[in-house]
Amino acid sequence: MIKVPMIKVYVPRDSTALSVGANRTANAIQQEAQKRGIEIELIRNGSRGLFWLEPFVEVATESGRVAFAPVQPNDVAGLFDAYFLNPDSSTAKAHPLYLGLTEELEWLKKQQRLTFARIGITDPVSIEDYLAHDGYKGLANALKLTPAEIVKIVTDSGLRGRGGAAFPTGIKWNTVLGAGEKGVQKYIVCNADEGDSGTYSDRMVMEDDPFVLIEGMTIAGIAVGANQGYIYLRSEYPHALHILNEAISKAEAAGYLGDNICGSNHTFKLEVRRAAGAYVCGEETSLLESLEGKRGLVRFKPPLPAIEGLFGKPTVVNNVISLATIPIILDKGAQFYADYGMGRSRGTLPIQLAGNIKHGGLVELAFGATLRELLYDFGGGSYTGKPIRAVQVGGPLGAFLPESQFDTPLDYEEFSKIWAVLGHGGIVAFDDTVDMAKMARYAFEFCAIESCGKCTPCRIGSTRGVEVIDKIINGADVEKNTKLVRDLSDTMLNGSLCALGGMTPYPVLSAMNHFAEDFVPKPKSTLKKIIDIVVA
Amino acid sequence: MANALSIETSTTIQSLIAQHKQMAGALMPLLHAIQDTIGYIPEDSYLPISKALALSVAEVHGVVTFYHHFRTHPVGNHILHVCRAESCQAMGSEKLEASIKAKLNIDYHQTTSDGAITLEPIYCLGNCACSPAVMMDDEVYGRMDSQKMADLISEARAS
Repeated sequence: MIKVPMIKVYVPRDSTALSVGANRTANAIQQEAQKRGIEIELIRNGSRGLFWLEPFVEVATESGRVAFAPVQPNDVAGLFDAYFLNPDSSTAKAHPLYLGLTEELEWLKKQQRLTFARIGITDPVSIEDYLAHDGYKGLANALKLTPAEIVKIVTDSGLRGRGGAAFPTGIKWNTVLGAGEKGVQKYIVCNADEGDSGTYSDRMVMEDDPFVLIEGMTIAGIAVGANQGYIYLRSEYPHALHILNEAISKAEAAGYLGDNICGSNHTFKLEVRRAAGAYVCGEETSLLESLEGKRGLVRFKPPLPAIEGLFGKPTVVNNVISLATIPIILDKGAQFYADYGMGRSRGTLPIQLAGNIKHGGLVELAFGATLRELLYDFGGGSYTGKPIRAVQVGGPLGAFLPESQFDTPLDYEEFSKIWAVLGHGGIVAFDDTVDMAKMARYAFEFCAIESCGKCTPCRIGSTRGVEVIDKIINGADVEKNTKLVRDLSDTMLNGSLCALGGMTPYPVLSAMNHFAEDFVPKPKSTLKKIIDIVVA
Repeated sequence: MANALSIETSTTIQSLIAQHKQMAGALMPLLHAIQDTIGYIPEDSYLPISKALALSVAEVHGVVTFYHHFRTHPVGNHILHVCRAESCQAMGSEKLEASIKAKLNIDYHQTTSDGAITLEPIYCLGNCACSPAVMMDDEVYGRMDSQKMADLISEARAS
């Protein structure tokens, strides 16, 4: 054996890293090290979120971690030949995949990572690693406070629901704190049914730093007097399920979950429940129905879930990111968090760059950055190199924005002024090959597939919408049918209980308003092709 | 229990019911457990489930059929989910879908004639920074093209 102190090598285990071969890369590194008689400690960390560079391999040095990326299995032997385990060597530095110190990468340095402070740095299922990186400091502070004091800190931080509705988290908690008789059963429910296309920040938190979510939910439980929590996790995230369950067991074993948390009188138990592929269950009342073992039909409000939620009891329903942001607020204080952001949008937003984008990944920034900065400074333009023609922000119910709106700052109110939404912070870019009439049609189609069926405008309107858009695409009575789509959209906007029916008109009408040229009948030959694709 | 289920399957279902029936909101975890174990949720399991959870058979049927994830019939050895959502569309998933359907010679919700692969649509795998994406069983694959897809399908058929 060559005498080298155990060198730490990091290869992410995040789903997206795995989707581009991180396991194969990790195996190749392990085998090559063995072959050469070099002992290494291979750590499967979370992803830093520079997804275009996955598999993103790092080697620990005294001055920090040095990155080599993207590393495919057939790069591994060459990296060993270049002595990459000693990244300060001239051969390592000369290697084409050498990126230098991770922390110095412009893409990361320009970010303000608060909720994502640990993500990509730690081993997700190591509670020791979590504790070594400021983990459970928020809970330690919370245990010294009264419930009302905790709620006040959350309110003062200005944190608003990151699932998309942007309702002030502290106000919701305060309602649950004051709800019901003393000693009544209350619940904390984490909405982890991240169904919006273009979003993956919840998944990253759960796979890459699960303890921060567990800590946030524990603090929520103590704040409102709930002793039971549920994470309602979408079935499309099998890796997150395993990692969360492993982290929960470790937190229980270490006294951070269960009875007498950290020696206090507080009890908080946590369980992961799997969803089953219904987009509408991301809506909080539909989610609660599903947790109760029913069809995910949307409930009327009032009563609010904060008063009558899960099993009819007062319930906090918060998104993953909202809950995962609680620990840093309790650790650093309300003012620290509120100092970030603009207007009434305080703090940071984990933005997810997706779709046709060169540098896709996770960018956490204070509110106020513009779409253009995100798309070009961070995103590097489109993946295909063609002009970005449209972006959809906030998932399948978000508006499509044209280039003329790319200077809009990311802020809840600024987006609402241009009849758009920030939603869960997903940005999907489309290049100039996109057909916006087809995207409008898809918005109706998606609504038809996912409607829970309770409200007629959503259940029937979505199917009629597909038919009418088809007529427009076919060039049949375009003027009359365009008016019909607008009337139908108006009915859906005003006559649906939840955002599925109520917001499907956002992508439809924004496509019509900003990209009207795509709704003009095309020459027969190309038209036939489009219809074939759409129908296929 | 109806006669259509084998004794072995009936016993499995009964034991899963026994393991889950005390849980709060037991139906969803129970249905997942049945599908994870047997591969699908046999309609003949509705009656014993409904009895154990004090529901009507119609309510159990209603829940099973509400959720896209649950299925009431056996599937192939592998399930291939192809993402149809916007981010993947922006990266050419429609072409990918067409090539997969042509390669497997089936449409969505169908199984190849050799019983190897069942094809299902899915709406977002959370892999949107590396679109287009598919999921084979529990593994997600990003930046897919028709060549990588062909390799993945061959691997699945061989295993």
